[in-house]
Amino acid sequence: MNKDVVPEHLDPSFIRGLTQRRISRRTALKGAGALSVTGFLAACGIGGGGTTAPASAQHVNWVWDKATKAGTLDFANWPLYIDTGQDAAGNTTYPSLQKFTADTGIKVNYSEPIQDNASWFAKVAPELQQGQPIGFDIMVVTNGIEMTNFQLKHWLTELDPTKMPNFFKNAAPRLQKRQFDPGNKFTMPWQSGLTGIGYNPKLTQREITSFADLFDPAFKGRVGMFTNNEDVGNLTLVGMGIKPEKSKASDWQKAADKLKQQRDSGLVRKYYDQSYIKALEAGETWISMAWSGDIFQANLSAGNDDLKFVVPKEGAIIWTDNMCIPVGAAHPVDAITYMDYVYQPAIAAMLAEYIDYITPVPAARDVVLSDAAAATDSATKDGLLGTANSPLVFPSADDLAKTSYYRVLTPSEASQWNDIFNAVIIT
Amino acid sequence: MQAVATQPQAGRKVAFRVRLARAAAPYLLILPGGGWLLLFFVLPLLALAVTSLESGDFITGFKFDLNFTNYSFGIQLYSPQFLHSIEFGGLATIAALVIAYPAAYWIAFHAGPRKSAYLLIVLLPFFVSFVIRTLSWETLLGDFGPIFGPLKNIGLLPNDFHVLATPAAVSFGLAYTFFPYMLLPVYASLEKIDRRLVESAEDLYSNRVDVFRHVIFPLSLPGVFAGVLLTGIPAFADYVNQDFLGGVGTTMAGRVIEQQFEVDTNYPLASALAFVFMLGLLAMLLLYQRFFGTKDLIGD
Repeated sequence: MNKDVVPEHLDPSFIRGLTQRRISRRTALKGAGALSVTGFLAACGIGGGGTTAPASAQHVNWVWDKATKAGTLDFANWPLYIDTGQDAAGNTTYPSLQKFTADTGIKVNYSEPIQDNASWFAKVAPELQQGQPIGFDIMVVTNGIEMTNFQLKHWLTELDPTKMPNFFKNAAPRLQKRQFDPGNKFTMPWQSGLTGIGYNPKLTQREITSFADLFDPAFKGRVGMFTNNEDVGNLTLVGMGIKPEKSKASDWQKAADKLKQQRDSGLVRKYYDQSYIKALEAGETWISMAWSGDIFQANLSAGNDDLKFVVPKEGAIIWTDNMCIPVGAAHPVDAITYMDYVYQPAIAAMLAEYIDYITPVPAARDVVLSDAAAATDSATKDGLLGTANSPLVFPSADDLAKTSYYRVLTPSEASQWNDIFNAVIIT
Repeated sequence: MQAVATQPQAGRKVAFRVRLARAAAPYLLILPGGGWLLLFFVLPLLALAVTSLESGDFITGFKFDLNFTNYSFGIQLYSPQFLHSIEFGGLATIAALVIAYPAAYWIAFHAGPRKSAYLLIVLLPFFVSFVIRTLSWETLLGDFGPIFGPLKNIGLLPNDFHVLATPAAVSFGLAYTFFPYMLLPVYASLEKIDRRLVESAEDLYSNRVDVFRHVIFPLSLPGVFAGVLLTGIPAFADYVNQDFLGGVGTTMAGRVIEQQFEVDTNYPLASALAFVFMLGLLAMLLLYQRFFGTKDLIGD
């Protein structure tokens, strides 16, 4: 990207920096109306109805017995979470989707209605509860309470393993055994990212290496923590040397107590949503919980290296956004075809070169490197080499070994978890 | 003969129809509004009340079993946040009144033929989306933003001075957001005051302060109360300002309800909290109605 030629406000990385995919929908939809809508939906008793039929192990009436290719596909993704280009008329295009259409004949209706997991879940739950299709064949959902709820409610279509050869061949081994989807029955990863610590070395005036640095009295009032209670709770558990997957309610309480102590001693400036990155860039916080891709993009858009992302020596949280097919989807065959299609290294590389989060296909790195070797102008070449060598896109085995997923929570555990950690962030 | 015989009968029929139509007219006229109110206010409110008395969880489903603990649990757990709502919302309402009253007074009495132009100028910023304006304040009030940055650079403010992420910033944001809802009713009531009353007070040797105290201010009170309601109610319920401009210790009730609904999928608790909120606001409205009627709120 040549910053001298492209005006800054048109620089895609700048735009991404402004509207990262994890931007909270609360920012967009907050208005006096939202509250009453909330009340109204609650009033309609969504989520009432009780149990749905259990998924059958024998695959009686399996979706895949009858479904056929329809030639069209409705894809619900997060904002700016796919490669984009421009056609001659200046319209946004999606090169990887165009390639998919050319290769398979399936036309993709791509949209980006998902702003955060909780609000997306709240939005589609009423339709799914009534057994109606939500109008999308693929949706991208992060591991976490919502993902667990989708599965427990039997709101996801069980995948046909015979239709996902590329996934089994090319997906990173760690992604083929995820705690939140044992047996890869319902989901395939889209991209992953890390929750760790971001900081500005000029302001902290020292290297940050440890989770304990978030509790350093020298940073009083300058620490940013996340308002997402799964992120804040799990990272604290890791920081205290407790494996989230083995943690018990008593550990959660200990973590919450530690966080309350941090809060009450005036260290925390605020519990942030996506806006944390703005505070970090503005110097309002010096050190903050952070998502890996954001720091990379913030530096890219500011044209400097002011911010650093670190995987604390105690470890970091890894999260994975997963493609899944909601029940009742009209075009399941087209959906699974696409989900498997992106596991070809060449396609995964197209996506990785743009998105800068952790790609699920390690072999994509070779493709990015050969693209870099073939690049004619040095800016493109540097950009591609940056992607290939970024530990945040292709993390080292060492870094990955230090990461944990969120604790998978049963419904009763989830309500315990929420009670414990809400008491920290709701002040 | 036949014609003569049928004539009065037909006349009676017409008379009956007219009487029926006259009797039904008010009900027919109120039907659209009443239906609207029923469909979009009464029914949701009832559903909210029902949901607030359910128990269970999202996965296994909620059951209606008169579970009043949602109320006691919710109020006990989140009373600090409800108090924040009252505190920040109340402060914002007072601030808006203090700023809006003189402005409205000046426009109503001294702006002459350019009244509408001044009103337009005051209201102009509010044509921009509320979220964008609040986001702009987040930038403007930033620790090193356009306002405090230069002051810090020349040493007028200590380096760690900040307004963002404090209760003051939240109250300020609320006062700013709902300012027009204060200004307009106050202006409307001041504008309506019969100038002859002011003149006669002056003829009776009132000085300007007395004119204001005994004539103008009392006559503008309905507008003030309407403004207080129109500002206070959304300010109490708002959760955008506390999210953008607040920090630790500024969570308001609206945010708690949102969290319970979206993140915790605890619909009964969210409904109970929302219902408490609605009841509080309804009480304020009834109080207003009791003292002032609805004439000045909706205009006549």
